[in-house]
This record gives sequence, structure tokens and C-alpha cells, in this order.
Amino acid sequence: MTDSLDTRAAAATPVRVAREIRGLSDRAIAWIFVAPTIFLLLAINIFPLIWTIRLSFTNFKANRNRDLEWVGLRNYERILGDSDIWLNMQATAHFLFWTIFFQVLIGFTLAYLINKKFKGNDLWTTIIVLPMMLSPAVVGNFWKFLYQPQIGLFNYVIAFFTGKEPSSFEMLGSVNLAPWSIVIVDTWMWTPFVMLICLAGLRSIPDYIYEAAEVDRASKLRQFFTITIPMVLPFLMLAVLFRGIENFKMFDLVVQLTGGGPGSITELTSINLKREAFEKWRTGYASAYAIILFVTVFGLASIYVKALNKVKER
Amino acid sequence: MSSFSVTEPSARSKWFAGTLVILYALITMVPLAWIMLTGFKSPSDAISYPPKIVFEPTLEGYVNLFTTRTRQTPEFLAANPPEKWYEEIVREYDMVIAGPSKFGERFLNSVIIGFGSTFLSIFLGTLAAYAFSRFKIPLADDLLFFILSTRMMPPIAVAIPIFLMYRQLGLSDTHLGMILLYTGVNISLAVWLLKGFIDEIPLEYEEAALIDGYTRFQAFYKVVLPQAATGIASTAIFCLIFAWNEYAFAVLLTSGTAQTAPPFIPTIIGVGGLDWPAVAAGATIFLLPVMIFTILLRKHLLRGITFGAVRK
Repeated sequence: MTDSLDTRAAAATPVRVAREIRGLSDRAIAWIFVAPTIFLLLAINIFPLIWTIRLSFTNFKANRNRDLEWVGLRNYERILGDSDIWLNMQATAHFLFWTIFFQVLIGFTLAYLINKKFKGNDLWTTIIVLPMMLSPAVVGNFWKFLYQPQIGLFNYVIAFFTGKEPSSFEMLGSVNLAPWSIVIVDTWMWTPFVMLICLAGLRSIPDYIYEAAEVDRASKLRQFFTITIPMVLPFLMLAVLFRGIENFKMFDLVVQLTGGGPGSITELTSINLKREAFEKWRTGYASAYAIILFVTVFGLASIYVKALNKVKER
Repeated sequence: MSSFSVTEPSARSKWFAGTLVILYALITMVPLAWIMLTGFKSPSDAISYPPKIVFEPTLEGYVNLFTTRTRQTPEFLAANPPEKWYEEIVREYDMVIAGPSKFGERFLNSVIIGFGSTFLSIFLGTLAAYAFSRFKIPLADDLLFFILSTRMMPPIAVAIPIFLMYRQLGLSDTHLGMILLYTGVNISLAVWLLKGFIDEIPLEYEEAALIDGYTRFQAFYKVVLPQAATGIASTAIFCLIFAWNEYAFAVLLTSGTAQTAPPFIPTIIGVGGLDWPAVAAGATIFLLPVMIFTILLRKHLLRGITFGAVRK
């Protein structure tokens, strides 16, 4: 009922007045629509960031009820001068490099094969994608079971193929193997992501380019290196960017798998940060650490995006 | 025509590609299949060497997951014969069921917080995305990009001030607190994705509606919303999966009332260490909905992943 009344009222209003009302209400609606989101973003994203910056100049401890003291840049100096933190950075770099390496290698290969459009390819794509949809903490937890020395399936399978004793190696307990154990699980979980992005890239290449190449009698190998690779590269680089950012933040999967151990050999920066902030309760120090990590990712990502845009322009 | 196309792969290369992909898919499924199997094993079968593929299935893991049990004297056990099938299962270990475990509660928390934050993200996100898409808002793009870039911060880093803030506001370990937090984390991506979908809807539809005398608001929910339904649905799936799987905030900000399943499942302890069949049963129940979801909604989901990533 009100509908038709509105309609009639709208029709009866002179055009100039109507436009004015609408112009006004447009602006009002824009703000009404955006305001709650902006508020939430300020409260959950921006305000904490500012608070973290503020805390990073203090010696605040969240488990003590004492006044905070301004310490200037001392937290930053201590972090950058701490050799243990550089070890954590190295562990993170190892994890980042090898997960991205394997995920790009396997992910691109799979995408290339799936793009051959064999029968049932979308069903198998969905099955391959399953691991990346799961909760990383739960995944880390059950891989811990697979990695158990005597009883674990992983050790059994490796032992079966190499002839070693399944109790002769500990994926999670050995200093040499633990960094690889987290690389294996992350690769298992996130290769599908790289694969999907590559697949989108491969599918974006129009057929006529290959047809033209065929007319020019370019060999398949040459087509692969002069058409396929350059056309997929921007997509691939994007996938690398996302995996890079995600794995720099990596916490849940690894904390469940190794807890940073043995010793601190798989203690990635996020795990170290959690220890400082929520176990040692050095809130001020941890805030400075958080800011340093944020600036690092942000800086690296910006440089990378510049490179990516250059590749895209070509 | 297609059979003569130079871009159509040959039958042999299709067969070869298909074999390799299926092989990879089968290998990648082994860990998941193993966990599901382990859920139906007895604790001794679960840790036997060599690992057992053939075993006598039991629901012990599931019973242990949902109950707490106590050991009883033989006299007590003789005086109280088991009534239900699940009571019989724990009798083998001279135990009786003392009550429900916390798993049901934790699972329910995951459902409440997951759906609550998804609903809120989509509701607020759609409104904001529409405004960003249709009205001139100063600095909209920069604002969106900056907000999106705060997601580059490790969750632990964000958790420090959130922890302090929630402690002040009394939001720690509450459903509302977690719903607001997950909404805050999800909404930047939600707005970004939804704006993409709304941008694709031709402006003409709304203009026609406005000329017909619809108000802006009517045009929004009668013309734009139905058109954006698919986009809204796939964005909702992403928000839901994020909230469902999230661990770092949950483990730091919740301990009881509002704790979700991911921090809870790894802490299920049985007699003499981790009760692997119960952990596996919990993981299965928790992961299965996402897996079924993924298979059913694969078209939207896969499109959404690539769309979201490539747009950024």
C-alpha cells in the first residue's frame, strides 16, 4: 500500500524538487550505508594499530597493573640488535622460500595438466582444492599424528619406500627434519591455491594466440616459453604475493605441528611474537616487534607490487 | 570444427594429464582419509605398528569425544548394567559416562560465531560496497586499500591491542566480542569482493527504477540485491570459512564460554596421553561440513577465489 502511495507521491513531485530530495537522500544514504563499516574498521583495524604504535614506545606489561613508562626507541633497538630474532627471521625465510618454491612448481604443473581439459577435470580440481579449505590448526594437529615416529602413517610410507626403519627418524623431533616437516604440510595444504590462480591465468589466454603461433609454425616448446609462461606470469606472481604474505604471518599450522620446536628451530616470527606478548607478557616490546614485522611485510609487498605492475605492463 | 582445432589437446596428452592429476588428487586425499578412518578405530588400533588399514570399526572415538567418563569399582558396575549402546562401549574399560564433554558446546560456539559474523559482514559489507560503487566517496579507493593492507599484519600483532581493549570493555571470551572481531577482520575483503560484483551490475537498471518512482533504497533492495545474489553468496562462503577455521584470535581471546572448536580439538586428552581416535573424530566432524560445502558449491567458490585474488 505504502508502495503505491510512494509511487504516486514521487510522480506528483515536480522534477526539480524530486532531484533535490534525491540528491540529498543520496548523500545521506551513502553515509548511512558506509558509516557502520567505517566504524567497525576503525575499532578493529585502525585503532589497534595506533595503540600498538603507542605501546611500542613503552615498557608496558599487560599482566601487571603498573603505570607505563616511556622508553623511546629502546624496544626497537633491542629487537634489531637481538641475534635470536634474526634466527627466527631465518627460520621464517627458509619456510617462505621453500613453501613458495614447491607450491609454484607443483601448482603450475597441476594447472597446466588440468587445462588439458580431460574428462572430469572439474571434479578432480575440487578434490585437490579440499585441503586449503580446512582449519590450519586442525590440519596441523592431525599431521602431528601422521608424523609420529613409530606409529605415524607418514613415517611408515617413507620407510616402506626407502627401506629405513620407521622409528629411525623423527620428522618433528629432529633439528634437521622439523623445518622440512612444516614445509611439507604447508605445501600439501596451499598448492591448490597457486594451482587455481595459475588455472585462471591459463584460461585467460585466448585461443587465437596459439592458432597464430601454429600458423607461424612455432614448435609446442617455443609456444610454451613465448606464450604460456609470459601470459601466466602476472597471475603466478600474484599467487606468490598472497602466499608470501600469508606465510610471513604463519602461526596456527606450525604452532600445532611443532610449537616452534625442537628448541626454537621452527619458531617463526609469529610464534616468537606470541611468546613475547602472551607468555612473557612483554607487551611494549612485543608491540615494537609487531610494528617491525608489519613494516617489513608492507615494505617487501610494496616493492613486489611495483615489480608485478611492470610485468603486467609488458 | 573443434576436433580440428590446433588448441585442442590430443587424446593421448589428455589421458596423460588426467592420469597425473588423478594420481595427485588421490595422494593428497590420503591424510584426510586416514584421519577419518582413525576416528573409527579403537585407541590401540590407532597407535598400532604397522598402521592398520583393516580393523574392526568402533564408535569409541565418537563416544569419547562427546562424553566425560569416570572409572568405577566392579561392584558399582555390576549393580548398574549399561542401558544404552554408548554406555556399553565405555564399559569395556570399566568406566561409566559421567556427562557430556565440552565438544558439543565448542562446536555450537563455532556455529554461532561463524554464522553471526558472516551475517554481519555481509549485511554491513553489502551496504558499504553499494555506497562505494554508486556514490562518489572521497578517497574511497585509498581507504579501501589501506584497510585491506592492515590484513598484512600478523594476527598476533593485532591481538595485543584487541586483547587489552576487550579486557577494558568486558568483551573477552564473549560471543559478541568474537563476532565483532571476525566481522572487523572479514569486512575489508567482503566490501572489496562485493564492490566488484556490484560494479558489474549495469547502472541502467537502477536508473530505470528511479525514473519509475522507486526511492534509492527501494532501488537498492529490489533491483541491485537480487542481481548481486550470487556474488553475495560466494562472499558469504569466504567469510564463513574464515571464521570457522580461525585459530590465533580464538586461542588468545577465548578460554571458556566463547571458545570455538579449533583451539579445543587439539586439547582432547584421553587416558595416558592424547586420545587420537577422539581427536580424529572431532576433526572429522569439524572438517566435514566445509568439505561437503566445497564440493556442493564448487562453481561459486573456485570462481570467488580467483576473482578475489586477481582483482586485488
